[in-house]
Amino acid sequence: MKSVRSMVLVSSDPVSMERGAAQVYENLKTEIETLGLSDEISLSMIGDVGRHDALPFVIIYPEATIYGPVKPENAQYLVEEHLYKGRVVPELQASHKELTGKIAWVNARKGTLPAEQRIVLQRVGIIDPENIEEYIINDGYQALGKVLSEMSPRDVIEEVKSSGLRGRGGAGFPTGLKWGFVSGTPAKKKYVICNGDESEPGTFKDRLILEGDPHSIIEAMSIAAYAVGANEGFIYIRGEYLLAQERLKKAIKQAYDYGILGEKIFGSDFNFDIHVHSGAGAYICGEETALIESIEGKRGEPRARPPYPTTHGLWGKPTLVNNVETLANIPAILRNGGKWYRSFGTPSSPGTKVYTILGNVNVTGLIEVPMGITLREVIAIYAKGMKRDVSFKVAQTGGSSGSIIPASLQDTPMDFDSFQNAGVSLGSGALLICDENTCVLDLAKVLQNFFKKESCGKCNPCRIGNERAYQILENISQGTGTMQDLDDLAMISKNLFELSNCGLGQTAGSPIRDILNHYRAEVEAHIRLKVCPSGVCPMSGKRL
Amino acid sequence: MPTIKSIDDLKRIREEALKKQEMKSASGQKQIIVGMGTCGIAAGARDTMKAILEKIEKDNLSGIIVTQTGCIGVCEMEPIVQVQIGDGPKVTYGKVSKDIAARIVDEHVLAGNIVKEHMVNI
Repeated sequence: MKSVRSMVLVSSDPVSMERGAAQVYENLKTEIETLGLSDEISLSMIGDVGRHDALPFVIIYPEATIYGPVKPENAQYLVEEHLYKGRVVPELQASHKELTGKIAWVNARKGTLPAEQRIVLQRVGIIDPENIEEYIINDGYQALGKVLSEMSPRDVIEEVKSSGLRGRGGAGFPTGLKWGFVSGTPAKKKYVICNGDESEPGTFKDRLILEGDPHSIIEAMSIAAYAVGANEGFIYIRGEYLLAQERLKKAIKQAYDYGILGEKIFGSDFNFDIHVHSGAGAYICGEETALIESIEGKRGEPRARPPYPTTHGLWGKPTLVNNVETLANIPAILRNGGKWYRSFGTPSSPGTKVYTILGNVNVTGLIEVPMGITLREVIAIYAKGMKRDVSFKVAQTGGSSGSIIPASLQDTPMDFDSFQNAGVSLGSGALLICDENTCVLDLAKVLQNFFKKESCGKCNPCRIGNERAYQILENISQGTGTMQDLDDLAMISKNLFELSNCGLGQTAGSPIRDILNHYRAEVEAHIRLKVCPSGVCPMSGKRL
Repeated sequence: MPTIKSIDDLKRIREEALKKQEMKSASGQKQIIVGMGTCGIAAGARDTMKAILEKIEKDNLSGIIVTQTGCIGVCEMEPIVQVQIGDGPKVTYGKVSKDIAARIVDEHVLAGNIVKEHMVNI
């Protein structure tokens, strides 16, 4: 995929096809070629766009203008006006109405692409993270002040619930609901934990937030503690994030000096202390119960659930565990209200999401965009196209515990529900973009190796299943696989999902499941023809 | 050390800090901001920072503030250096090596000419 100045998408669901979408596509293509714009404009057919009243639709980026219904004879005028002269054609635009899915999202953006929407990263890269004054200048600690002097804990939880914020650690659990659970559990002592043990390969959003804006986490944790009735908090940071730990400790010290942490905060009766706890490099400690064990000083192994940490967490007390990015949303929500937050993203997954982009693309880095953006848009607009114009083959979301996303799903809106309906998961926000030269079997092997190494060994399905799955994948990559291996892989994957104790094992089966679902032919080529179609696997004929 | 005991205290501190900041930019304060997230440091931001500080010391320059910030999101272009003179626009430079850093100090910060070939549009 090239880097282009404009993207044209034509809907191609059955109804659109019946009404001549294919002809619209052909005419647009001819017209774009006639005007010599082929190099700067990409044209694609996408599936169902989630709206059916004015098919077929033509959507043009970066303005995100929706045209519909477009007839084949409109194509010439549309290309001349919009793409050549740069003028929107109002008479062909689709009418505004109650919208759903993809279209709702496009409409919400109202032509703001390719600008990002920064809520979580509002201050990251702008302020000096080691200077509390710069945080205060940029609206810092105002939400905490407002909460402590004007709102009751119940009001705070209601506001978070109304924002529709969902946990950004990967599972997407509604944050307000979780706060409500902890708040509703009667206990004298409660804890708030910020989960900063970001160990998913390729994910580094939490590190950027902790390094670039540490005070926002302190503010958010204080608000959370007030809402659920806790007076002590822990920030669990991955051991490798030395800079983040250092900056956070400095920020906590400054907050104590200013009286924002400690006793009688903002002149109220609310007391709150925060401790920083360093992890020691175990992936499993990102799982909330293993993290709690680790803080208690035990070996980082997950507990059996239920009881959930919301009732029996740290030292048996009700504990709220939230991801760094989730917490970083909180001050903005309480400053501007839940309704404001809902104006971003899709109805089922409001707000923004931070993605870290890596792989075979021209520009890697991080972006914060509203929920509901598609992979195609991420690659074309934010990553400025694929490297060396090799076409896009597969993406891997959310470190290891996400999903393998085939190119056929690149127009699915990236929000929790749309991805769940498509049978994939959003993960923690890493987007590893791979081109045609990647072998999916090799990719699955790398991921399985990671799970094999990081499995804590507490439960059998995960300890043995990952080891065995890796061996089978290795055999296939050496050209010694059998068709029986594929059935074994499917069984291992199922066992991992259904029998594992915690999130690690339950997601460890997804790479195998995904390659068998989407790339079975390619895997079978390794076995039947003894050939790696991408030329990556060694195929040496040795069997483990 | 100011202690915050109410929202009014917070407002007061904010206004004082704002005033301090405005005074700095009104007097034509020259500010060099180096991106010091882990991505920047891995790409050599510490060396860039050092080069800028050494340059300032060697040439005995005054009235320049050098600060740090987190990652702005274009990890591809690290180390990133931003220059702001007075209340003018912030100019962003990418892939700033020691030599380029010294050039930026000479040409942009001192002489006021933007070093166009190392600028990044973000």
